[in-house]
Amino acid sequence: MSDLSQDSSIEARRVGDAAIIYASDYLNKLSGERIERECKRQLESGRRALIINFRDTELVNSIGVSILVGVIDAAEQNTAQLIFSEMNNHTAELFQMLGLTRHVSLAASEAEALSLVSASPTVSEGLLECGDQSPLSKR
Amino acid sequence: METNNQRLLHTFAALADLGEQIANTADFEEMLRSSFHLLLGSVAIRRGAVAQYDRQRDTLRIVSSRGLEPAPDTDFSITRDHAQALAILGSSLTVSEATSEATRLMTEHPEMFTASEIQILLPLVVHDRLIGVVLLGEKASGEKFSDEDLATLSALARHIAVGINSHHLLGEVKRKAEENQRLYEGLRKIYRETVHAFAAAIDIKDRYTQGHSVRVGKYSEVIAREMGWSDDEVEGITIAGYLHDIGKLIVDLSVINSPERFSAKDSKEMSRHPSAGYEILSPISHPYADIPLMARYHHERMDGNGYPDGLKGDEIPTGARIVTLADSFDAMTTDRPYRKKLPLEDVLVDFRANTGTQFDPQVVSAFCRAFLNELEGKRERRLLNLLNRNYDNVERVSPMLTQMLVDLGEPALATAH
Repeated sequence: MSDLSQDSSIEARRVGDAAIIYASDYLNKLSGERIERECKRQLESGRRALIINFRDTELVNSIGVSILVGVIDAAEQNTAQLIFSEMNNHTAELFQMLGLTRHVSLAASEAEALSLVSASPTVSEGLLECGDQSPLSKR
Repeated sequence: METNNQRLLHTFAALADLGEQIANTADFEEMLRSSFHLLLGSVAIRRGAVAQYDRQRDTLRIVSSRGLEPAPDTDFSITRDHAQALAILGSSLTVSEATSEATRLMTEHPEMFTASEIQILLPLVVHDRLIGVVLLGEKASGEKFSDEDLATLSALARHIAVGINSHHLLGEVKRKAEENQRLYEGLRKIYRETVHAFAAAIDIKDRYTQGHSVRVGKYSEVIAREMGWSDDEVEGITIAGYLHDIGKLIVDLSVINSPERFSAKDSKEMSRHPSAGYEILSPISHPYADIPLMARYHHERMDGNGYPDGLKGDEIPTGARIVTLADSFDAMTTDRPYRKKLPLEDVLVDFRANTGTQFDPQVVSAFCRAFLNELEGKRERRLLNLLNRNYDNVERVSPMLTQMLVDLGEPALATAH
């Protein structure tokens, strides 16, 4: 089952009850707000696990950090799991220094992130058994 | 990378980004929102708000917030003493002071904030005046605010304070400019009304030429517009037309109202009026250029045989040359005590005969074009509305006007008509 992202400028896809959102190379106000909108949209449409994949992200500025803190809040309010995956060392160090990593799960790869989702009690059992890996947007 | 270096770099980047945001003067709300996000992100703070201080009402108004109960545009009171205390504290306060100020505010407004929701309060101060406050909740790390955090946040807050203050100042400058514009428009209106009153006074003195000054103003306006003058210049020459005969105020009433053609003595008396007009108008600061000169030179001729100074051709200001034609046109198209108004054809014959000697050819051309354009419905009926009071079947002079344009070297224009 697929659910295309409404924002064509952001890559996102759905895997079972989780949504994977891909951050751009520079996480600033513009790209951060796109991620925030997409995360909120996914939460509103019932996703209970959000994976933000930072594989392309080279730099995160302060507004990007602030927006991610807002995403953390939104996920907590919706009792959804939030996983940051594939961060480079610089981004990982920054998030750790600022304490963001206290509120999210970390994964070295997307597969690991998905495995963390399956381990989460907030994800319905058998979700991944359906093998639903439909593209949400560009992917 | 060492954490301290990483933190330092993150702070520097935040400051650099903040400068860019503060420069966005086009959208104040967005500037504030982005700057506040930057501040929150610099230390990863989970919730907070920026509030602007209104010194007239002794209130703080939330202008940007995230994660706090009070929404933007919520007002809450602050005592003058408290505001002054915050202004004195400025942005060099300690963590303990910032914490106790936050506690004080939450205690004073339990209806606004839940316990511990705000951990620190940073005053926004510019030139020792409180501009607003930044209220900040807990850090994402869960750690307490350090002196280093406070130094970073205070530096960023100072920029936001300057941004807010600049916005205020810009707003104030804009308001002042609008107020000045209103005052200026008011003064111009008073000036125009005064000029109208003068024009009426001039014309009342001469019972045979009632309305002459106003008509000369209107004819001058039509000609100047046809010559491509700007709105301001057109308004100026209209005024000059209204005032061109102001010098008649000093001419003996019996001369002005003489039912006979002027004697040599009367002519001499009458010929004083352009210079007298100049003397009357010169001390006044007119909002338009050369109005006194247009009054002085409206009886000059292109061939140098006019008065008072016998100027020739280009020595006569263009405005005066326009007023000269407008003045002559009205004189010939209205009844005088010593003669009836001339037929329009005769007026045009007179213009053609005196173009280059008495009248400026370019001004005559513009007059003919304007007249033709009105006759053909291409322009608002200004000349015609004034003329139709005295003439029937004005349209009959169209061929004459066309021929005059040909004679004046504007065949293309004449053909177009």
